[in-house]
Amino acid sequence: MHFPDDLQYTRDHEWLDQEGRVGITAFAQDSLGDVVFVELPEVGATVNAGDAIGVIESVKSVSDLFSPASGRVSQVNESLLDKPELINQDPYGEGWIFRLDDAVAGEVLSREEYEKEVEGK
Amino acid sequence: MRETPLTSWHRQQRAKMMEFGGFLMPIEYGSGIIQEHAAVRQKVGAFDVSHMGEFLVWGENGGAFLDYLVTNQPSALEVGQALYTPMCYPDGGTIDDLLIYRLEPHRFMLVVNASNIEKDWQWVREVATHYPDVELRDMSEEMGLIAVQGPLAPSLVQQLVDFNLSDLVYYHARHMLWGTSRVLVSRTGYTGEDGFELYADNEVLLAIWEKVLELGAQPVGLGARDTLRLEARLPLYGHELSQEITPLEAGLGPFVKLNKDDFVGKAALVNQKAQGLKRRTVGLTVEGGIARAGYPVVAVPAGPQIGQITSGTKSPTLDHAIALALVNVELAKIGTPLYVQVRGREIPATVVKTPFYRRPAQS
Repeated sequence: MHFPDDLQYTRDHEWLDQEGRVGITAFAQDSLGDVVFVELPEVGATVNAGDAIGVIESVKSVSDLFSPASGRVSQVNESLLDKPELINQDPYGEGWIFRLDDAVAGEVLSREEYEKEVEGK
Repeated sequence: MRETPLTSWHRQQRAKMMEFGGFLMPIEYGSGIIQEHAAVRQKVGAFDVSHMGEFLVWGENGGAFLDYLVTNQPSALEVGQALYTPMCYPDGGTIDDLLIYRLEPHRFMLVVNASNIEKDWQWVREVATHYPDVELRDMSEEMGLIAVQGPLAPSLVQQLVDFNLSDLVYYHARHMLWGTSRVLVSRTGYTGEDGFELYADNEVLLAIWEKVLELGAQPVGLGARDTLRLEARLPLYGHELSQEITPLEAGLGPFVKLNKDDFVGKAALVNQKAQGLKRRTVGLTVEGGIARAGYPVVAVPAGPQIGQITSGTKSPTLDHAIALALVNVELAKIGTPLYVQVRGREIPATVVKTPFYRRPAQS
């Protein structure tokens, strides 16, 4: 399973990049299975790190999406409304979920720390 | 947690495993539920459903006993025929839904849901005390079950059996020999496709499973089994049926023979029918979200609850959200607009005809 070096990770299995983009990890998409519906946060919303601000539904399950950082939602990935499967196919690329301006990360892990976290799970 | 004779095979394949009905079962294999679902609709899939329970019933009065035990009429079965039936409490609430096979003139097999094996066994034994010549045996621990489902199932299973499969019509079953072991080959299933269920001793189950896969079936987990049965509007105990839901409310009237002699639940069900049903199971299509089991249903935004979702998913075949809901009967007409409460929002739904999916007629 692939975890890029240049991202920060949370224990809830989100990633955050240096431009404030957020998505879920390869581990998360694999555990969920086929993603069939995504509820995106609202553009303009102010969020705190750890807030549940969206929902990801797979065929079998409903999971909250937590923000890894505080900031203001500046963009959401509207392609996911028609193609939620992008989260499975390309979790760090086309499957990004939203973007924060002035992101201030909450409690985040490095790639090494996150890998340890999901090891053996 | 209980295992099936195939559990270590599933583990070796790195299937996602989950508890279901007290058993550790495969939910999906590598390719995901949507692909597995499509494999069954378009080709052929194989399911380990060994968690299901099997009871044998035999004796001169076996048919009369079963006619009293369940709502359908097993005594009317021919040898080699099967039926689907609810089994009710005296108040009409549903204990379980099951298949009953007539294996010999005075020998029947009941197939029950995994999560209900203990409860059903106790109940069946209790009712049987009024039928002293009827004998019972719980075969669940010794018997495994593989379902082979999909349009290519007949040509696949034909290569396993020593008789002509075109002689085995829907809801009929026949024994074949696997080595020295007898296997019951049944033309039944829980997917809405043509297909077979193979009841076999635990000892030979892995060999049959491997042969079925070698002949081209794809292993399919319980995740796709659930989406397949929902598209075909087949009830799942604990969702569409429960101790609080009668088979009439669940739309299973054709499997309740109110005109036969007395049976457990008859008075309550006759009465419910005479009074008129107050609620009924309907099919819904849902817009802008996925309605899941337990979500409230309302007739108007912010209105009082008039029902609830019993099962719901995004239909892989139709590519939109579908659900079954138990709603007040005055809101059960085809075309009725309703709303489902999803995390504080209300999303529109419409009562539609079911099944959501019907397999194309055979050419």
